[in-house]
Order: sequence, then C-alpha cells, then structure tokens
Amino acid sequence: MSRLTRTGVLRAVVVFGALAAFPFVFPAQWIVNIAIFTLMYAGLATAWNLLGGFSGYLSLGHAAFFGVGAYAIAIAFTHIGIGGSGYKPFFALPLVGIVVALVSVPIAWVALRVRAATFAIVTLTLLFVVQQLAFNLHHLTHGSQGLALPPPPFDVSTFEQPFYFAMLGVFALAFFTCWWVKGSKLGLMLFSIRDDEDRARGVGVRVTGAKVIAFALSVGFTGMLGGVWAYYIQFIYPQFAVDPLITIGAVLMAFLGGKGTVWGPTVGAFILVPAQQYMAYKLGASELYLLGYASVFLLIMLFLPRGIIPSISDHLARRRSGRPDEPPGAVASAPRATLPGGMAP
Amino acid sequence: MSATLLGVSGLTKRFGGVAAVNGCSFQVDEGTITALIGPNGSGKTTAFNMITGYLPADSGEVTFAGRAVKRPNPTRLYRAGLTRTFQQARVFPGLTLLENLTVAISQPWRTLLRRNVAARDRERALTLLEEFGLERLGDRPAGELSFGQRKLLEFATVLMGEPRLVLLDEPTAGVNPVMVEQIERHVRELHARGLTFLIVEHDMHLVMRLCNPVIVLDGGATIKQGPPAEVQSDRAVLDAYLGT
Repeated sequence: MSRLTRTGVLRAVVVFGALAAFPFVFPAQWIVNIAIFTLMYAGLATAWNLLGGFSGYLSLGHAAFFGVGAYAIAIAFTHIGIGGSGYKPFFALPLVGIVVALVSVPIAWVALRVRAATFAIVTLTLLFVVQQLAFNLHHLTHGSQGLALPPPPFDVSTFEQPFYFAMLGVFALAFFTCWWVKGSKLGLMLFSIRDDEDRARGVGVRVTGAKVIAFALSVGFTGMLGGVWAYYIQFIYPQFAVDPLITIGAVLMAFLGGKGTVWGPTVGAFILVPAQQYMAYKLGASELYLLGYASVFLLIMLFLPRGIIPSISDHLARRRSGRPDEPPGAVASAPRATLPGGMAP
Repeated sequence: MSATLLGVSGLTKRFGGVAAVNGCSFQVDEGTITALIGPNGSGKTTAFNMITGYLPADSGEVTFAGRAVKRPNPTRLYRAGLTRTFQQARVFPGLTLLENLTVAISQPWRTLLRRNVAARDRERALTLLEEFGLERLGDRPAGELSFGQRKLLEFATVLMGEPRLVLLDEPTAGVNPVMVEQIERHVRELHARGLTFLIVEHDMHLVMRLCNPVIVLDGGATIKQGPPAEVQSDRAVLDAYLGT
C-alpha cells in the first residue's frame, strides 16, 4: 500500500538521471530538439492524465491552457516591457502555472457539471473560444500576425539546453505530482469518481472539490509547458499556440501508455513523439504523419484498449500468480478462485 | 415510540404527466427497521432518490434528525449520517475492497495529500471486511466480486461513515438464499447496535419477520403505515397488491 516502493523510486531515479544526462551525451542540436518536444508531450500527457486518467473526465481542451501559458510568457516579455529576457521567462513559469490554475477554477467548476462526451465537447469549445480570443485581442496578441518574443541570448552551440532543462523541470514536477496524487486520498477520491461518480457522492466523497483541484493542477502544468514552448520557438500565432492537435497528441499518448497509471503517459510520449518526428523526416513536411497517428490510435483501440502499462502489469501479475492468460471478464466469474496460494502473504 | 429520525411530508415528483411520487408522507422512528413496500411502480425508489438527494423533488419536505433538509445533497447527507445502497449493488470496480471502504471515510480537506489508506483506516476497514467475510479479498479489485459479494461490500461501505440511518434498496434482490440470511443477520446485528434502517424490499417473508413498522406505497402515496400483522390484513393494501 505504500506509495513509495523501492523499485518505483529506483526506476524514477534512473529515468530522470538519464534524462538529465541526455543533452551532454547527445549534444547534437537536432537530437536535443526532438528531446525537447518529447519532454513537452510527456509533460502534457502526464498533466492531462491527472484529470483524464484519474477522474475519467476526458478533456479535449487542454490546448486552450497551453495557449494561455504561451501567450502569458509572450505578452509579459514583449510589450508589457518587463525588460530583458535571458533566463527571466523561466523564473516566471511558476507564476504562470499558479495564475493559469487559479483562472481555471471557475471554468472547471462550470465545465465539470457535465460528464463524459458532453464534458469533452464543452472543453473542446473552450479551446476554440481561447483561439478566437487570441485572434481578436489584437492589441495584446497581434492577432493572426503573431507575436515575436525577444531572442534568447544563449550560446549557439548549447542553445537548446536551457529549454531542455526547463521542459524537464516542468515535466518532472507534473510527474511527481501525479505520482503523489495517485497514492493520496485525493487520488482515491478521483478513482472513485472515475468508477462511479454518483455512488462516490453517496459515500461522502466531495466530488466537485476533488475534480476542480485535479483540473487546476492539470491545466497549471499545461500552461507552464506552453510558456517554455513559446520562449523556445520564439514566434507564436493563434492556430499554432492553441492547436487541437496538441491536445489530441497528449491524449493519444496517455491512451497508448495507459491512462490512470503514473508511467503510462510518459511511455506513450517517448514512443510517439520520436516516431512522429521520424515519420515527418521520412515523409517530408506534409501532414502524412497524421495518417500514422490515426493508425496507431486504431491499433491501440483494437489490441491494447487499456494501454501498454496496464496490459503488461496484468500479464506479469498473472504470470507471478501462476495463472494462464485469460480475458479480464473471465476473472469476475470465479472470484473465490482468484486467490491462489502464491498471492497469500 | 421514540423520536422521529426521518420525516417525509407531501413529497411529489412528476415525470411529464406521470406523478411517480404523489404527496408521499411517512416517518421513520429512531431505532426501528422500517420497511417501504408497494407494487412495482409505486414510487419507492423514486422516493429514495429524492430523500437521498439524487433527484430534486418537485415539492414536499424532508427532515432528518430534527432538521429540515432544504437542498438534499448525497454527500452532505452521508456526512450527516444518512446513507443508502443501490438496487444494482454499486461498488468501485477499479478500487480494491480496502480502498472501497476507506474512500467512504469522511475526510477533512487538509488530509487530501496524505496517504490513501492510512494504517488506522486500514484496521477499521479490515475489521469490517472480517465481519462480512470478505477479508481474504481485501487487496483484490472489487470488479472481481460476484453480485452477492458486491451487495455485501456495498453494505459494508456505507457503514464506514458511521451512519444513523441506512436506506437499503432491495438488499436481497438477485442474491442466493444463503446470502439473504447473511444480509438479514447483519441488519439485525447493526440494529441491535443502534442503527436505524429503512428498507425497500420485495421479499414479503423477510419484510414480515424483520421489519416493524411497514409503510405501503401505492400510486406514489402512502396508503398504510403500521405493524406487519396489521398491514397484512389491511383491505387497501390487499387491493393495491392484488388489484380489484
């Protein structure tokens, strides 16, 4: 029951250690560039998972908050005139996260009154509302002309590194939050909401509070990632900063790796983003990679509906308990037979 | 007779032109096992849903423990000591049995980020699982349970909130006879410890030997409230069930 098992901690130390060493081992700019986007999507998928995977509220509007974070950094460091740039935008990130989270509270409170497909549509609508705002608040965003950030004064040979570590930092923050929440009472509340929200209300779970907290945390991290992204690419415009494909990508990764698990979204991102970049190089700059996306999604739905991590851990659990592979439905029919000697303490 | 724990007066709910519950009034006294019976479609479950806050009432009043419940809300009522089970035996299939029980312990907000199953809560949950004969399955997901076991788990879960009044919606429907006896035994034991029950049930033998008083609904209104023997010989009740 302990949330910090030794293997779990060891795995995290190894993975995050390797990620911290990565840009020194592979300093080539194009590799670090792919790694930055991989970490960004790992962070986005992990943050999305905090709400979508844990509570079952499948948001399709997270890109709205990604865009808000991106524009917050862009606007703050262009015409509001907080002088200079350098590392300053990175230090502003926690503030961006907190502001986005707080702003999202009333939105979440309204959006979370509806469930399932309706919630997905409401959040998707929110995305287009924010996109329209980005187009039309011309004095702030310069509309469709886009907004250019001051160029970062980093050395050319290690230009990507600060962005890499900023992405890694936000991703790590989202990851450990997810991990902590999963083993906490908040996690238990969210899982009960995912399983049967009405029943959760009936046993005293304060569902609205739990959902709003998960929503705020989730979009707070999303906004921070948007902020790093904006500073990295230096030029943002509405269709690009508030892009439905960003949400779709993150959701797809969470599904591939296994939503509701701590590692699933990360695994999904580490597979899909490099694969997508590879396909983009191979298939040219066309959007043919979207066909690849679609096929991956179909394959997951058909063969791994619960994602990679749950499928593997189920398989391992069965092997350990000496049971042959059987479909999950078969277990329910023989509840008394599912505790063989091997499982007893 | 002791004090009224739950009072319902003039409760009404219309679905379009149909009045599912129509001016329903009754009370549940503290320390009783009260039955709510009636033919199919007489509004028992709808009344349950309104009392527990799952369905807003069109009109009528509900009082619990001497206080008017103005805007019934399942979470607040549970925390105040009024809880229910569902006809379909609803559990959290993805959570283990222990987690199913611990999630039902009312927690203050400040413990939100503490460990999901604290040692003390685990002890309490294990004791309860033992009482219900489910302790061997404590770390298994509830989705693996049979229907009858789910009924037991659901029953056990609502006890975690230390309720004063438990509403059971058809506790023995679809359950084998051995488990019916087990459920009956639990109700009697908990009643002996001071818990009050309001039970919707179709098994008349069970109702007549377990419950007193018995409330009869027909067409969404109360037609009789009294001891089982009196209800059994009541003309209006017989008419409602047999149809004249």
